[in-house]
Amino acid sequence: MLIDFFMRLKVASIPVTPREFLTLLEAMQKRVLPYASLDEYYALSRLCLVKSETHYDKFDRVFAEYFRGTVFDPEKIIKEIPEQWLRQLAEKILTEEEMRSIEATGDLEKLMEMLKKRLEEQQERHQGGSKWVGTAGTSPFGAFGYNPEGVRIGQNESRHQRAVKVWDKREFKDLDDSVELGTRNIKMALRRLRHFAREGAAEELDLPDTIRSTAKNAGYLDLRMVPKRHNKVKVLLFFDVGGSMDPHISVCEKLFSAARTEFKHLEFFYFHNFIYESVWRTNSRRREQRFPTLDLIHTFGSDYKLIFVGDANMAPYEIESSGGSLEHHNRESGATWLQRLLDHFTHSVWLNPVPEDYWRYTTSVQMIRQLMETRMFPLTMEGLIRSIRVLSK
Amino acid sequence: MSFTGTDSYIATEDLMLAVNAAIVLGRPLLIKGEPGTGKTMLAEEVARGLGKTLFQWHIKSTTKAQQGLYEYDAVSRLRDSQLGDDRVHDIANYIIKGKLWEAFESEEQPVLLIDEVDKADIEFPNDLLQELDRMEFYVYETRQTIVARNRPIIIITSNNEKELPDAFLRRCFFHYIRFPDHETMQKIVHAHYPDLKKKLLKEAMEVFFGIREISGLKKKPSTSELLDWLHILTREDVPPETLKKSRDDKKMPPFHGALLKNEQDVQLFDIQVRRSLRGY
Repeated sequence: MLIDFFMRLKVASIPVTPREFLTLLEAMQKRVLPYASLDEYYALSRLCLVKSETHYDKFDRVFAEYFRGTVFDPEKIIKEIPEQWLRQLAEKILTEEEMRSIEATGDLEKLMEMLKKRLEEQQERHQGGSKWVGTAGTSPFGAFGYNPEGVRIGQNESRHQRAVKVWDKREFKDLDDSVELGTRNIKMALRRLRHFAREGAAEELDLPDTIRSTAKNAGYLDLRMVPKRHNKVKVLLFFDVGGSMDPHISVCEKLFSAARTEFKHLEFFYFHNFIYESVWRTNSRRREQRFPTLDLIHTFGSDYKLIFVGDANMAPYEIESSGGSLEHHNRESGATWLQRLLDHFTHSVWLNPVPEDYWRYTTSVQMIRQLMETRMFPLTMEGLIRSIRVLSK
Repeated sequence: MSFTGTDSYIATEDLMLAVNAAIVLGRPLLIKGEPGTGKTMLAEEVARGLGKTLFQWHIKSTTKAQQGLYEYDAVSRLRDSQLGDDRVHDIANYIIKGKLWEAFESEEQPVLLIDEVDKADIEFPNDLLQELDRMEFYVYETRQTIVARNRPIIIITSNNEKELPDAFLRRCFFHYIRFPDHETMQKIVHAHYPDLKKKLLKEAMEVFFGIREISGLKKKPSTSELLDWLHILTREDVPPETLKKSRDDKKMPPFHGALLKNEQDVQLFDIQVRRSLRGY
């Protein structure tokens, strides 16, 4: 039964390994569960098998599905739960006398029978709302959502007042996969782009060299210094602004502020929809103060890494035709200008705040993706990490 | 011996189970959760609740795994050699014990807190695999193996700044501390301020959970912020009516600085409140 559950977790692409499964079995063997209830089993199996809160939701779904599908009749439960659970359970439910009489005969069959009878009695009391099958968690069958007719666990509209179990509530649903981009997360991701080099004044002790030269110096200290390591990576950021980008402002802001603190050599520019012969640095003065795209190529070395941020949502002619721009007459097509940049700068990516699933519905996204030689990534944590891998190659 | 929370630390059922499973099976327990939900406190309270010594190893971005085991102070030895000190002949004089070593040496089973493991380099957890698994390590300088006398109860906290390596995760139990619900929060507050007036608590909780519901906050106020805020409220003797009034009038609650620590969040609160006034 448990192996089957384990396999289902695997199918749901939760990274579980046999080692963790064995840990779970070991924990059960060592009687970590004081009440042997399904609630506790849920908590324990999650504790052992799931190693990230991003998988909690998936786990909850598998758990609910797996244990909901099973109709619990007492016979079956009793057969399926390990004997030691049963004993603990019996201690909870049966009176001392009854226990003693069972222990004297050592008859498991009889124990089951008694339990079944007791549980049926219990059910009636439960309807009256007594503490037998309650939420205090003392009764395992309460947690199982037991009913002689075979009640399924986790029916949302159940009349058991708390029948919606933790795993049905799926409280961790917003933690699943679509990780929200906070600046800290972004910073951590951008950090992978670091490229360290020693430059400037020698202020750090170079221990190996000091030892070497001290030895040469007949054992008298000869201190050697080296310059500190600095992050030498250089980045050019281009943001698409206005129009269809408005819903994505907040995520772009986050990326921007994270990049700003992370990179010392960071230059940023804005464009509208696509790159043409010029870009600008301040949006309020975009008409007057333009920065020619050609100057980008002349000013910045090819070791600068290019990051475009835009939804790539536009009419195809804005990319491929001269005069296609919405705002002015461009003599050369946007594709030409982008190609010029790509020819000069060896590393570049396009980050798209629109979810990857929607890209294939938009022609312009496809076109730009082709121009970028598929180096377009969604603006999520995972996409950012992928893009940085490309940038640091 | 099992952990059931303490008078000042309210643990949920599943957290207790996590701690006890970690104790019984001798595995490290990895704790994550929103900031301010008592991750670090847990180790302190486990130590207190079970009457054990606590060793705390706080991780920084520059911390190396080796520092938890021991460090060889080569510079001191070099200096002593130049000065002709006798200590120089025994290398053991220059071995400085780390937190892990101290915990391993402890006479009784200790609690070891490895705080904010994600602050360190990405490779840091990998360098501790063997040590956490077998609870032993080898000191090359003195050629001795240090074995834990009693397997310490190891509690590791993480703030999710970096992903931890799979091999490391496989060896740990993992528990995510959820943000406490209304009921648990009341218990927590009660544990800290048993004399708090019921009316004030009720109003304060309304305000607190109201603020947490504002979407788009950069930093949602958490348990520790609520406790700080309540502390100020009681010290300044703010009557519950003032809180109620601030809620009714859609104004900032008194001493909101304890709850919202970000200028933008304060503005956001203002905007939201004004919107709701206009009846959006």
